[in-house]
Parts: sequence; C-alpha cells; structure tokens
Amino acid sequence: MGVLDVRSVVKIYPGHGAGDDPVKALADVSFTVRENEFCSILGHSGCGKTTLLNIMAGFDAATLGEITLDGRPIGKPGWERAMIFQDYALFPWLTVLGNVGFGLDMKRVPAAEREAIAKRQIALVGLNGFEHRYPHQLSGGMRQRVAIARALAVDPSVLLMDEPFAALDAQNRSMLQDEMVRIFMEQRKTMVLVTHSIEEAIKLSDRIIVMTRRPGRVKADIEVRMSRPRAEEDPEFVALKARIRDLIHDEFDLSEAPAAAAATR
Amino acid sequence: MSELATARATGALSPEELAALHAQHRPPGLFQRAARLVGLLLFFGLWELMSVVILPRIDPNLVTLMPPPTSVLAGAWELIQSGDLFKHFKASLQREAVAFLYASAAIPIGIVMGWSRTAQHLLEPVFEMLRPIPPIAWIPLAILWFGISDLQNQFIIFLGIFFPLLINTIAGVKNVEPNLIRAARCLGASELDVLVRVVFRAALPQIVTGVRVGLGVGWMALVAAELVGATSGLGWLISDARSVLRTDIILVGMISIGLAGLLIDQGLRWVAKKLLPWSLAMTR
Ligand SMILES: Nc1ncnc2c1ncn2[C@@H]1O[C@H](COP(=O)(O)OP(=O)(O)OP(=O)(O)O)[C@@H](O)[C@H]1O
Ligand SMILES: [Mg+2]
Repeated sequence: MGVLDVRSVVKIYPGHGAGDDPVKALADVSFTVRENEFCSILGHSGCGKTTLLNIMAGFDAATLGEITLDGRPIGKPGWERAMIFQDYALFPWLTVLGNVGFGLDMKRVPAAEREAIAKRQIALVGLNGFEHRYPHQLSGGMRQRVAIARALAVDPSVLLMDEPFAALDAQNRSMLQDEMVRIFMEQRKTMVLVTHSIEEAIKLSDRIIVMTRRPGRVKADIEVRMSRPRAEEDPEFVALKARIRDLIHDEFDLSEAPAAAAATR
Repeated sequence: MSELATARATGALSPEELAALHAQHRPPGLFQRAARLVGLLLFFGLWELMSVVILPRIDPNLVTLMPPPTSVLAGAWELIQSGDLFKHFKASLQREAVAFLYASAAIPIGIVMGWSRTAQHLLEPVFEMLRPIPPIAWIPLAILWFGISDLQNQFIIFLGIFFPLLINTIAGVKNVEPNLIRAARCLGASELDVLVRVVFRAALPQIVTGVRVGLGVGWMALVAAELVGATSGLGWLISDARSVLRTDIILVGMISIGLAGLLIDQGLRWVAKKLLPWSLAMTR
C-alpha cells in the first residue's frame, strides 16, 4: 500500500490572454515513491513543487502524464492522501479534539471510537491536556502538531506535506523534524515532503528528488540509506549535503534567465 | 490525570503573577463609570431646566412641544400601567421576528451564490437591480398590495433585512480560506460536508454580521412602515400620539424604539460571543 508512481507529468497553467502567457510549471517529471518510503522533494522556489504535490492530492490535474497510487490513477482528493499545509489550515471553530476527529467524522466513524483514535493521535504528537483548546490558543509549533495528528488520524496511505515546518522558528522546526522521524518510525507509511532545506530532507528521507529550475524536471533521484536518527555531524550526512548543494547550485549557472538568477542570489 | 495535564498546560501561577494579571486586566474603573453617569445626569438636568424654566418664559405653549423628562417618565408610567407600551412593543418585535424568519432565506441563497459561479451569474443581476432601492420606497406599493396590515409591514422589514444578510453571506463564503476547503476534502469530506461543515461554519461570523446589520436596517424600515401603514406598533404609537399632540408619548415611543434596537443588537452580540468564541478571539 502507498506506492506513488509519477509518470511523465507535465503541468501547464493556462494564461489569461494579453501579457499573461501560459506557464509551464512541470516538464516531464517521473519518479516512484515506494511503499512506506519517506520521499523529499527539493528545488528552487517556483520549480513546481507545490504544483506536483497538489496533483498528488487531487486538487489539480496534470496537463499530460499521470500519477498513480497503488496502480490506480489519482482522482478527487480523499483521505488516502492526507495533506499537511504550511499554514496549518486548522478549522478555527473546532477544538484540538474536534480538528483531529474531523476526518474520522467524515468517514462516519462512531463517536466513541472517533474520540479514542483522536486522543491517541493527540498523545502521539505530545499534546495531552490540550484537547479542548482552540487553534488560536496554541503556538505555531503546537498547531502544526495538531495538523499532523489530524492527517494521521484518518490513517492515509500517503501523507503529503508542503513545507510544513517553514513557518516555524529554528528551534521548533528542528524539534518537529525529530518528532516526524519518530512518528515515521512508529507509523510506517508513505510520506512525501516538499522542502527548501537540504538538512531537513537528509534528516528525514529515504529518497530525495532534486528538481531543476522551472519548468521542473527531476535532476537527481537519490536514495538515502543512513540509519535513523541521523546526526548532522555524521561524515556521510555532510558529504550528501555537499553533493545536493552542488546539484542545486548548478541550477543557478544553468538558469535560462541569468538576470533573474542574479536577483535571487 | 486530565487535571494534572491542564495544570501543566497553563502552568501554576504564583500570587505575584496573579496580582499582575489582575492589575493588567482590571474592569473599567469606578471613576470612569461615575463620569458616564455624570454625563447622563447633566443631559437630563439641562433638558428639565430648558423645559420647565427657560421655555415657559419665551412662550408657555412651547412646553407642549418639548415636555421635560419628568413628564416623559410620567407618560411612560401611564403607558406601562395601561399595558399599551408592552402591546405595541410586542407588535413591533413580532413583525421584526417574522420578517427575519422569511429573510433568513438569504443565508442559503447567499451560500449557493458564493459557492457556484453559475448561481451567482444567474441571480446577481436581479438582486443588484433591486438592492439599491431603499425599503421605504416600497411602502406605497406595499400598501396597495397588502393593505394596512402586518403583511405590509413585514414585507418592508423583510426587504431591509434580506439584502444586508445576502451580501454578507456571499462575502463570507468567498472569503473562506481555500486551504480549509482543501484540508476538508483530503480528509474525506463530501461536497455537502464541505458546504455545511466548513464553508457555512467559516462564513458564520460574517453571516452574523449580516444579521446584525440586517436587523438594524429592518428596524428602521419597520418604524417607517408603521408610521404610515399600521394600526399597532411603536411607529404607529408615535404617529397616533402626534394627532392628539401628546408629545410626551411621542418621546416615550421614540425612546422605546431606540432601546429596542439597542436591545436586539446587544442580544445578538451576546449570542455571537457565546456561539463563536473563536471568531472574536481572531479578530481582536
Ligand atoms: N494557479 C496558477 N496559475 C498560474 N501559474 C501558477 C499557478 N500556480 C503556480 N503557478 C506557477 O507555476 C510555477 C510553479 O509554482 P509552484 O507553486 O508549484 O512552485 P514551488 O516550487 O512550490 O515554489 P515555492 O518553493 O516558492 O513554494 C511558478 O512559476 C508559479 O508562478
Ligand atoms: Mg510551494
């Protein structure tokens, strides 16, 4: 369960006429995420990472090519592909318990069982005692924990994450990364993480997809076989980090628009 | 165990911390309350002085046009004892309530218009054409249609409530955070779940705003409708008192209209605060 196959995906956003030309966000992207594998997608801003994740979730359709989950083409969004957003996207009118139980409610799980599962997930992300708080009463790190618990509660085949830790401060970010590693080891399932951080990708992933600048293609598909938890001082970690940095750095020099590259530098 | 956990969640507060907390969130001081009272007393005092001492010196008949607060109070007492004030109060409130029930159709219509482009394109031109017409401008036509009746009054109030409620509902739906809808969908929500459990809930604060604005506009429309097309209600009370030159009753009616409007709005605010604690906290 949870084999995600990306096959020659092309995504072109239509322009809206005068001065607004169509944008090719993804050009022929192919890779496979194996069962229970943690896969990170790295690449420059605007290379189509969110676009790819949105197609995986079913929020948007590929222009050409297709993505399959366990052999079946991806259709409408559904709980088998739960998503964690950068801005948490918690329901502000529901308590922590209500948010975590929302997906179970949609699956029509009976109330007692729903609460039991929700409480277990809340405990898993370390939020015991906060069940009856509303999202606005929580810190950013705590909100993202709620979002993680909410996504895991429906027991998806794939967990999709779009820069989930980007809005957090450094300390919270590294804490949540460590917890993500722990959660991944406890609840083995396929996970796809979009990130800007090379360290984050190495810390968490079995597979790292490095993308080119827009239009996004797969520049490198790297398997990481270090044992977890991974220390940043580990020579293997350091070497891989340097390798990926070079890959991404290359992209600057190869950029088709040197002026734009200089501006972002 | 949950108690322990809550203690950990909030952290135990030391006496100094509690004192500092109370000092920062003190209720309005005695002095400020006294100042408000003094302002009111001054207003009524000046009014009494004007009506009892100054106006009679200019022309004794003027007092009839501007009775002092004490006579207004006496008039109010007379109306309360006879039960008239309550009767008219009730008649007006009832009309407002019935009209609101009809006008609340604006909520589902607004949700559909905010959600579906087709529905919006279909309905918007008609509503946009009708909306700028003030409810009061409908009174002559409404009297011909419904006569001097409750129905005529309710129709005018309905128009007053409907459009603000509709506009706010549409805006509320359009402003729903797109990621909330996406989150719901990838948690397995059906289209109906999304509409009822997410879009409606997320738009609720703005819908409540629409209800508040609507009931306010409706209340104004109500008084206008009653002035010319009713045989009961607070609006009728003041128009009837005018024909017999009972200015004290006119003033009692005016004050009651103001008070009732205030009461409706405060009641709604209270309900909203109870029902939507999260939305107030977010807009603070
Ligand atoms: N709805 C849209 N309509 C038109 N163009 C779009 C749309 N969404 C994204 N794009 C364009 O497609 C390209 C890829 O966008 P995408 O959001 O996938 O990038 P990203 O890799 O997630 O970037 P970031 O790291 O900044 O989040 C960008 O050039 C963007 O401007
Ligand atoms: Mg993105």
